[in-house]
Amino acid sequence: MTSLTTPVAPPAAPTNRRRTTPGLRRPGPLSYLILAAVLLASFFPMYWSFVVASSDNSVIGEATPPLVPGGHLVENIQRVFDSSEFALALQNSLIVSTSVAFGNVLFASLAGFAFAKLRFKGRNALLVTVIATMMVPTQLGIIPLYMLVGELGWSAKLQAVILPALVSAFSVFWMRQAVEENVPTELIDAARADGCSLLRVYWHVVVPAIRPAAAVLAVFMFMGAWNDFFWPLVVLGPENPTVPVALSTLASGYFTDYSLMLAGATLATVPVLVIFGLLAKQIVGGIMQGAVKG
Amino acid sequence: MKVEVRDGAGRHRGGEPPVSERRSADQPPRRSSAFRNRLANWDLKSTPYLMVLPFFALFAVFGLYPLAYTFWVSLHDWHLINGDQGWVGFDNYTELFTDENFWNALFNTFSLFVLSTVPQLLIALGLAALLNSRLRARTFFRAGVLVPNVVTVVAVGLVFAQIFGRDFGIVNWLLSLVGIGTGEDGPINWQADRWASHLAIAVIVTWRWTGYNALIYLAAIQSIPADIYEAAKVDGASPWRTFWSVTVPMIRPTVIFTAIVSTIGGLQLFAEPLLFDATNSLTTGTGGSDRQFQTLTMYLYEKGFTLFDSGYASAVAWVLFLIVVVMALINLGLTRRLVSGK
Repeated sequence: MTSLTTPVAPPAAPTNRRRTTPGLRRPGPLSYLILAAVLLASFFPMYWSFVVASSDNSVIGEATPPLVPGGHLVENIQRVFDSSEFALALQNSLIVSTSVAFGNVLFASLAGFAFAKLRFKGRNALLVTVIATMMVPTQLGIIPLYMLVGELGWSAKLQAVILPALVSAFSVFWMRQAVEENVPTELIDAARADGCSLLRVYWHVVVPAIRPAAAVLAVFMFMGAWNDFFWPLVVLGPENPTVPVALSTLASGYFTDYSLMLAGATLATVPVLVIFGLLAKQIVGGIMQGAVKG
Repeated sequence: MKVEVRDGAGRHRGGEPPVSERRSADQPPRRSSAFRNRLANWDLKSTPYLMVLPFFALFAVFGLYPLAYTFWVSLHDWHLINGDQGWVGFDNYTELFTDENFWNALFNTFSLFVLSTVPQLLIALGLAALLNSRLRARTFFRAGVLVPNVVTVVAVGLVFAQIFGRDFGIVNWLLSLVGIGTGEDGPINWQADRWASHLAIAVIVTWRWTGYNALIYLAAIQSIPADIYEAAKVDGASPWRTFWSVTVPMIRPTVIFTAIVSTIGGLQLFAEPLLFDATNSLTTGTGGSDRQFQTLTMYLYEKGFTLFDSGYASAVAWVLFLIVVVMALINLGLTRRLVSGK
């Protein structure tokens, strides 16, 4: 943790230094070739999904698999909306993912501020507890969770999916790091000397300083919630599904309708890929920064 | 920022516009100052707890309590809808240990875990080494390897189920080009054969997680001080030797971290195998017609949510929980020793 104290804003100087470090090789053609192959393997399944999604089912049965998109995309997408609750699922997933992202940023930044900058009894013990919870496979408590949600009357309701995901140890850890690196202690002390309550300090000093880190966290949490499957499958079911649940109902049909299934898969993937495409740099940076600290 | 804050506090104090900063420090009215001090003290003492409270409260209710209660449920004959049918002690567990399907799922879980985790982390190391060079379009390559990780897992499962299809799958088509599967036995039935299905599912998991781990390794590699490499160079170490004797030991904590995280995730594999043969076993969770790729989490799903036997499913969950903890610890010890090298 102490090895890298560079702030979140990508420092230009160290990067430059690294570029001129003699230790770093200039990659040969072989490196590019291997990397190109890796990228091809990374992208191909999505491309293939798109090809099948835009083809007629009969094309898939031919001796040579089709490698170029066909002209049936709109028709297949229409069938997705007709044969499953996909429109509702998109709406549900949007609500769930946004709420989860928002909740994580809010609660984790509050806790992160407290853990990073405030002194209170039991702070270290609590922080260790947070980190320990990262290792707890809470997914395995799914049966009592199902009963609990049933007793609350939340079965098949979105809050059953939202509330358990509102906080995570990862977020708290992430935000603690962001506060530690971006909020000077002197600024907090000054605000407090001027009679600011801690909540006001949080709102006026901490929040503006951690906005970039909070945005990356929000994206992580949004994508995580968007992709979550086991719990939504169990508690929501096909009547009020999220996107992955609706997608799975497309596949449970009596016979395998590949064009339909993969049209759905393409639809489910596009929103995440768009977000990823727009914020790729920040997301990659976020993962790499988190890694060094963790 | 500071100015804004100060104005707000000033207004509270006097109700008149703050004349100067020094004025309020000079002569604050006594009683209200004591009160404010007490308020500030209270704020300083209790607000931190209020700030961390949401995390702990929500985690306790929706994370810890269900996990602990799982054990209680596992000691009962418990129906998911009809509720508690009576105390049975450890009967669910004794039944579990004579249950062929449990052992089958346990075997599959470990097989899939090993087949997917080991190659995944090794490839990730190699990929990180490749990415750690003066590449053109660095961000593009880094983001590219991460793409599989952000795609919805259910979509991934469906696409790969098709890619590994027996009759129209692209893998079998490629294999047929080199003469595999064109004989009398016909093409490989990836869904029906135990080892073929394990291999295919391991490919899916590896595909999803390699890039992510590579980026984590890359970050760790980049924080290694450059002079260590120079020393290795002076000693005449080859790049290969340098990688295994300098780079890998230097990023040991990161390797341990990824190994543990992949253990926790890998032992709870669910979506990929569930969707691998959707037509046959999606709604039942059996993992193929012959349970050839049913994992423990799928077995938990089958017992708990398709057969409503909550007591038994909870026993499965609790055993899996213990396995995860034990394996994470074993992995910690193992990776520590392996990575520290000779």
